[in-house]
Amino acid sequence: MTTLFSHIGRYFIMMRHVFAKPEKMRMYRIELFHAIETLGINSLPIIAIISLFMGAVITIQAAFGFTSPWVPLYAVGVTTRDSIILEFSPTIVSLILAGKVGSNIASEIGTMRVTEQIDALEIMGINSSAYLVLPKIIACVIINPFLIIISMFLGVFGGWVLGMFAHVITSYQYVYGLQFEFRPYNVTYALIKTIVFAFIIASVSAYHGYYTNGGALEVGKSSTKAVVYCDILILLFNFILTQLLLA
Amino acid sequence: MIELINVNKSFGKRTIISDFSCRFEQGRANLIIGESGSGKTVLLKCIVGLTEVDSGQVLYNGRDFIKMNGREKQNIRKEMGMLFQGGALFDSKTVEENVVFPLSMFTDMGEEEKIERANFCLSRVNLKNVNHLYPSEISGGMKKRVAIARAIATNPRYLFCDEPNSGLDPKTANVIDKLIHDITIEYNMTTVVITHDMNSVMEIGDKVLYLYNSRKWWEGAKESILGTDNKELQEFIYVSKFLKEIRERELGDAGKK
Ligand SMILES: Nc1ncnc2c1ncn2[C@@H]1O[C@H](COP(=O)(O)OP(=O)(O)OP(=O)(O)O)[C@@H](O)[C@H]1O
Ligand SMILES: [Mg+2]
Repeated sequence: MTTLFSHIGRYFIMMRHVFAKPEKMRMYRIELFHAIETLGINSLPIIAIISLFMGAVITIQAAFGFTSPWVPLYAVGVTTRDSIILEFSPTIVSLILAGKVGSNIASEIGTMRVTEQIDALEIMGINSSAYLVLPKIIACVIINPFLIIISMFLGVFGGWVLGMFAHVITSYQYVYGLQFEFRPYNVTYALIKTIVFAFIIASVSAYHGYYTNGGALEVGKSSTKAVVYCDILILLFNFILTQLLLA
Repeated sequence: MIELINVNKSFGKRTIISDFSCRFEQGRANLIIGESGSGKTVLLKCIVGLTEVDSGQVLYNGRDFIKMNGREKQNIRKEMGMLFQGGALFDSKTVEENVVFPLSMFTDMGEEEKIERANFCLSRVNLKNVNHLYPSEISGGMKKRVAIARAIATNPRYLFCDEPNSGLDPKTANVIDKLIHDITIEYNMTTVVITHDMNSVMEIGDKVLYLYNSRKWWEGAKESILGTDNKELQEFIYVSKFLKEIRERELGDAGKK
């Protein structure tokens, strides 16, 4: 329990430094573009593949579930749409990003810590936590919503194409279902969640990297811890935000 | 000028630095020598504030560095250059980018001017044609030299070097020693160098501190170090039979005169 509180304390101390005034804007901008590329663009392929197949599986499962004659055929489209927009894309994809991006951030910063690169920054008079962490947080908060929207489209698209391929839906029914009582607010809700999760992923994994202490072995441990903490926090905030925004 | 007053540092029950006081004058190369594991690196990190001291003061031009707030510390650090024992190069950046980095961060130089400055610093440590290699692609000694080039890029007022010429051949080591000596005088820096190498001591040691048993065991100029009667320091210097013989011969000569 005390370790939990000391984690929280140190996390907020770090965050206070992270949001201090940057020394040289231009240098931060370079880091930001770099982070958008490594943390955002490079995550696209995995997200695309997962979304396509998850969309397909949700569609097929829904089609098999709805065997009762009382359920209209377009319900499959409605179910796929809502599962993907409400839960799969914002939450599950964020959990996957926590695994990919979170471990990347933690091991990068952790390696810099144990090889004294962070000390080298500090000695130059640079606010190392701001320089290393802020661009990554901003990159994730900007880019993750785009990733999640792409994931939504691909999920729905995957359900459509593979559902037809598997002969469980007709194109007309599926598309009708997608449009049936569509609530734009659901997308807003999903994007709010995404942004909060993006902040958690970047800041919590940066925290674990930044306070790594020891050698290469500890860098590995930090990156595992980063993913575990991110996942738990994402699930916790998923619950809290759903209560706040949907209930 | 940097001054240490009664600095203490221990890790758990192990005392590494105890009651250490000394002065590092401006425009002089101050050397810290001592056995491996005697606490030289820890002492240096206490001086630059990367390791917190348990008690004592570290004064930069009379102002206590330890008591300064974040901003003030940062401002002093902008005037520091430091070579870490392991080099601590940024491994996502090329050699050139490493040297250019502090310039981009703290000066308003144009791109060309920065590259020119970087090339100048790299040439002073005898490095050419490695600008676009990554730290993982160069040798250990080269890394060390790139790190020195990075440390001196901004013409710091305070220069700290942790074993600048370990892992270098005698000739290159000599180039580095000369470089440190020259820029110290040229730019009136306060330079603190950790070394094991008696060659460097004799080459550049304006002032030498011998760290032993977690204390400042001996202090003096390089001229007086060979004739010291401090037993531990003698043992540290005259490890080889060859050197011992030279010393005995010298003492004998002195006796005749
Ligand atoms: N972070 C740390 N935690 C615990 N002990 C440490 C730490 N850093 C250094 N020490 C201990 O302090 C002692 C001095 O270490 P230091 O690195 O200063 O040696 P050194 O004189 O620089 O040796 P070398 O010449 O081999 O570099 C060692 O015994 C080491 O175990
Ligand atoms: Mg050392």
